[in-house]
Amino acid sequence: MDNRDPRRLIRHNRHSSSHDRPTVTQSPHKKHPQHLSLLEFLGSMNLAITILVVLAIASIIGTVLQQNQPYTDYIIKFGPFWHEVFKALDLYDVYGSLWFLGLLGFLLLSTSVCIYRNAPVMWRDMRVFRMKVTPKSLRLMHNVHELETDQPSETVRQKAEQFLTRQGFRFKSRQDGELTILSAMKGGWNRMGYIFTHTGIVVICIGGLMDGNLIFTIKEWRDQIRLETRNIPVSEVPAISRLKPDESFSFRGSVSIPEGERANVVFLNVRDGYLVQELPFAIELKDFRIEHYPSGQPKSFESDLVIHDDQLDKPLEKTIAVNHPLIYRGYAIYQASFADGGSKLEFRLWPFYERQDETTDLEMTVNSSVELDTPAGPMTLELDSFKEFNVFPASEPEQKGKQFVNYGPSVVFRLRDASGQAREYQNYMSPILQDGRYVFVTGVRESSAEPFRFLSIPADRDMSLKRFMAFHRLIQDTDRVRQIAVMSTRAAMSTANLQDEKLQANVVNSMMRLLKLFNEGGYVALDDFIRQSVPEEKQMNVGQAYMKILQNLLRDLYMQLLIDEGVDLSQGVSDQDAAFYDDAVNNLAGIGAYGAPFYLQLTDYELREATGLQITRSPGKDLVYLGSFLLIVGIFMMFYIAHQRLWILIWPGNEGKTAVLFSGAGDRNRRDFTERFVLLADKLAGLLQKNRSGTGD
Amino acid sequence: MSVPESVMNENSEQGGFLARHSVYDWIFAVLLLAGSVVAWRKYTYLMDGYEVGILFGTAVSLVGLGWFWKPVRTLMLAVAALSLFAVWLYGNDLALAESNFFLKFLISSQSAIMWMSALFFMATAAYFIHLFSRNEFVGKVATAMVWSATTLCFVGLMVRWRESYLIHIDVGHIPVSNLYEVFILFAIITALIYLYYEARYRTRTMGAFALLVISAAVGFLLWYHFAKDASGIQPLVPALQSYWMKIHVPANFVGYGAFGLAAMLGLAYLIKDSAVRRNPEGLLARRLPELDMLDDVMHKAIALGFAFFTIATVLGAMWAAEAWGGYWSWDPKETWALIVWLNYAAWLHMRLTKGWRGRPLAWWAVIGLFVTTFAFLGVNMFLSGLHSYGEL
Ligand code: HEM
Repeated sequence: MDNRDPRRLIRHNRHSSSHDRPTVTQSPHKKHPQHLSLLEFLGSMNLAITILVVLAIASIIGTVLQQNQPYTDYIIKFGPFWHEVFKALDLYDVYGSLWFLGLLGFLLLSTSVCIYRNAPVMWRDMRVFRMKVTPKSLRLMHNVHELETDQPSETVRQKAEQFLTRQGFRFKSRQDGELTILSAMKGGWNRMGYIFTHTGIVVICIGGLMDGNLIFTIKEWRDQIRLETRNIPVSEVPAISRLKPDESFSFRGSVSIPEGERANVVFLNVRDGYLVQELPFAIELKDFRIEHYPSGQPKSFESDLVIHDDQLDKPLEKTIAVNHPLIYRGYAIYQASFADGGSKLEFRLWPFYERQDETTDLEMTVNSSVELDTPAGPMTLELDSFKEFNVFPASEPEQKGKQFVNYGPSVVFRLRDASGQAREYQNYMSPILQDGRYVFVTGVRESSAEPFRFLSIPADRDMSLKRFMAFHRLIQDTDRVRQIAVMSTRAAMSTANLQDEKLQANVVNSMMRLLKLFNEGGYVALDDFIRQSVPEEKQMNVGQAYMKILQNLLRDLYMQLLIDEGVDLSQGVSDQDAAFYDDAVNNLAGIGAYGAPFYLQLTDYELREATGLQITRSPGKDLVYLGSFLLIVGIFMMFYIAHQRLWILIWPGNEGKTAVLFSGAGDRNRRDFTERFVLLADKLAGLLQKNRSGTGD
Repeated sequence: MSVPESVMNENSEQGGFLARHSVYDWIFAVLLLAGSVVAWRKYTYLMDGYEVGILFGTAVSLVGLGWFWKPVRTLMLAVAALSLFAVWLYGNDLALAESNFFLKFLISSQSAIMWMSALFFMATAAYFIHLFSRNEFVGKVATAMVWSATTLCFVGLMVRWRESYLIHIDVGHIPVSNLYEVFILFAIITALIYLYYEARYRTRTMGAFALLVISAAVGFLLWYHFAKDASGIQPLVPALQSYWMKIHVPANFVGYGAFGLAAMLGLAYLIKDSAVRRNPEGLLARRLPELDMLDDVMHKAIALGFAFFTIATVLGAMWAAEAWGGYWSWDPKETWALIVWLNYAAWLHMRLTKGWRGRPLAWWAVIGLFVTTFAFLGVNMFLSGLHSYGEL
C-alpha cells in the first residue's frame, strides 16, 4: 500500500490490525490495561466477523433441518441415536435455543463495545479540523497541487474561502506567521453513519431479544413453567402450563375459533408441546368467509370478530383479513388460517350388499366418527374434511365459454375395519359432467401417498343413484338372476331348435358362476378364473365366449330392470339408456375393488367454518423498527456521504507572488476522490489566475 | 441510445438549482409528475393511501434518478410511450394480443420479453467481441442493445401489468409477484446498474461479464417459460395482496442485481489476476478490464446491493408483521435473507476495517453469488415455508 496514505496522518483507526495499512494507535484507555484487553477482545473485528459467520451457519442449520416437528418424525428420520444428539444440541428449535440467543447476545455486546470504543473517535473526526499541517507534511500526501499567483495574498485568501464555501466545505483558518492555513471539511455525517449503523444493530438486537423466547426459556429452565404435551381440553391444562394475561411480556400464539364460538386463550407451540396463554378478553367469531377467483383460487380470507372485554362499554366488532390485522390493547390479531369448524353433513348410505335394499340416512359433523355395523363387519366411519367448492379447468364441450367449472361440494372420509386398516374416500355431492354424461364421482385410495382411483357411477334420468343401485341389487339377487338366466337360455335354445335340459342347466350354472365372479372382483376376477382353470392355448377363445355369456346375461338383466321401471321399450332401448348400461357395467365391475360396503351419498350440508387466528404481543417491535431506521440511514450516510478534507495553504512566494498549496484527503474511495480533487484543483487554479494565463505547479 | 459524457458532471458547479438543470430535465420531470397525477386521478378507486404515497414517492425518486443519471430520462420516456401505445392498442380486449400486428410481434408483454431475451443474448456476444477486438463500433452496438433490451423489458412488465387487469379487475396486480416476473426484474436491474458503471468508468470491457449473469437469468426465464409454462398471469394469493409488495420486491432485486454484478466482476478479477501472473503479455491479461477498476466497481456494487438489501429485508419484516403476525418468524426465506446480509456485512468489514483488497474479496464475491442464488431460488426449490409462492 501507498505509505503516503493520508489516513495515516489523520485517522486513528484503532481497531485495525491490518499489516498493510499501518495506523497510528493511541488508546484512550491506556490507564487500565487489563480492562482494556477484555474490551479489546470484545470489540475486535475478528470477534465480530466470527460472530457474523457463526450466526450465518447456525441460521443455515435451522433452515435445512425442519424446525419444531413432532419428535417421532425426527426419530424416524435420524434414528434414536442422532435424535438424542440433535435434541441435546437444541437443533430442533435452533432460533429459540439458549446458545443461539447467547450468540445474539454476544453480537449485541461486541457491537456495543465497538461503538463505545469507536464512537468518540468518529465524533472527533467529524468535528475537528486538522490545523496542524505544514507545506512539508502536506506535500507527502497523495493529492497535492501547488501554484503561484500574482494576486495579493489577502485576495487569494478571500477567493479561496469563497471557493470552499461554494463547494460546500466548512472551514477554519489559522495564521502561523506569514503562513495562512485554511483547513476545510465536508461530509462529516459519514462518521455519524458509523454510529447510526452500529447503534441500529444494538437496538434491533435488544428489540428482538425482548420479543424472543428468552423469557420462556429461562422460566422453563428454572421450572416455573412446563410444556403440556397431551392433547386435552383447555380447561384441564394444569396451571404450570398456563400463563396469566399479563404474565408474559411478549408471545406469539394461535387459536382456532369455530363460527359462533369464542376463545379467551391462545396456544403457544414450543418444540413438541404447548403452553396456554390466557387473554384479558374474549374473541368471538361471527362469520368467516373465503372469496374465490373465477379459477377457484382463494382471493380473500376474512373473519368478522367481536371482542368482549369488561373494559369496553359494548363489544367491539371488527373484520380482519390477511394483511389487515386488528391491534387491540397491544395484542395484534391476525388472520392466519382456517379450518372446518364442524360442518353438519347429511348422508344417505346405499348398501352394496345383496338384498339390502334399504338406504340409511346419517348425520355427522366434520372431524367426528361413528361405528357402523355392516355386513362386512363393524367399521368406523371417520369424517375428515369437507370442501364446499371444487373448481377445475373446463374440459367438456358443454362447458364452452367457461374457463373453469365448479364441481361443487366434496367430502373426504375414511373407513376403518376391525383390524384398524383404513381406506380413504372422496365423494362429490352432485353428479359431474363427464364425456357428456352425468356421473357420481367417488375416489378411493389405500394411503394418502397414492392418487385416488375413481368410480364414475352414472346418474339416472332423475339425477339420482336409484337405477344404478337397483341394477346392482338385481345382479346380486341370485333367485331373480337365475329366473332370468333360465328364461333367456331357453329362448335362445328354442330359436336354435335345441332342447336339452342338461345343457340348459349347464349354461345357466356357468352364467351364475360368471356373474358371481364379476360381482366379487369385476373383469379382473373373471380373468384370473380363466387363467387358472383353462389351458393356456384355449384361454383366448374361452375368454371371449365367457365374456359374451356374461354380457348377454347383464343385458337381459338390464332389460328386466327397465321393464320393472316401466320404461316404454316399444321403440327399442333409447340411446340414453344404452349409454347408461355401458357406464353402469363398467362401474359395477369396479365395486369389488372399491372396498366399501356402501356408497355414501352426501345429500345436504350446513357449512360451519373456523378461523385460525395468530395473536401476538411484541413490545420490542417499535425498537426493532427504530433500529432498522437507524441502520438504513446510517448505511446510506456511510456509503454515500464522502468524508473529505481540503487544505489551502497561502504564503508569500518569490518576486512578490503568492504561493498556494492545495491538498486534500478523501476518506473512503481514493480513486473517486482523486478524480474529484483534480476537478477541484483545476477550478481553484482558474479562480486564482483569472487575470493571468499559465498554470502553477 | 448512447451515453452522454454529462454523466460525469457531478453537481460541483454550484450554480442555482434552476440553472443546473436543462430544459429536457424539466420537461422530463413535468411529464413524469403529470403522468402520476393522471394515473392517480384515473385509478384512485383502486388505490389506498399507501399506494398513492408509493405512486408519488416513486415519481419523485424517478425524477431524481433521471436528473442524476441523464440517459435514464430517455429510457423512461421511451418506456412510457411504448407502454401507453400498447395499452391504447389493447383497449379492453386481451385477445388483440394474437391479432394486432404491433402487439403480436412487438409489444404485447410476451413479445417484448422475447425481444428482450434475444437482445440480451446478442449483446452478450457483442460485448465479448468488443472485449477481445476492442472494436469501438461493436462496443457501441452492444451498449445500444442493452439499452434496447432494458427498454423492452420495462415495456414488457408495464404491459403485463395492464394485461393482468384486462384478464379481470380482481386479478390485476403489479408484475413482481412470482418467480417468472422477478427474473425479468432481475435482468432489468442488473443491466441498469451495469450501464451506470459503464458510463461512469467510460469502458465497455466489463460488459461481457455483466451480461453473463443477465444471460443466465434470461436463459432460466426461457426455460421456466417453455418447460414449466410459467409465463401465465396468475391471481394473487391473499398474502401478496398488499402495497408492501410494490416496494419490498424491487428493493430486494436491486440487492440481488448488484450482488450478481459484483460476482461477475469478481470473476473477471480472478481470471485477469491469474492471467497476469501467468503471462502479463498474454491476450487475456491485456484485454480483460483493469484490476483496480474491477476491485472498485465490485466494492461499489456490493455497497449498493447491501444498502438496498437492508431496506428490502426491513420492509419484508414490516410486511411480515402485517401479514403473518410477526416481523420475524425464522421462515427459511427470511433466514436466508439474513444469511446473505450477514455475508456481505462481513465482506464490507473485511474490506473497510481490515483493508482486504483484490483476490480474496473477489473470491468472496463469487461465493456470495451462490449464497444469494440459494436465497433467491434454492429456498423455493428445497425448503418449505411461508414464502412458498413461486415454486419450481
Ligand atoms: C451485524 C452486525 C454489523 C453490521 C450489519 C455492521 C455494518 C457495517 C457497515 C454496513 C459498515 C460500513 C462498511 C462500508 O462503509 O463499506 C460498517 C463499518 C464498520 N463496522 Fe460494522 N457492522 C456490524 C458489526 C460490527 C461490529 C461488532 C464491529 C466492531 C468490531 C464493527 C465495526 C465496524 C467498523 C470499525 C466499521 C468502519 C467504520 C468506518 O471506518 O467508517 N461492526 N459496519
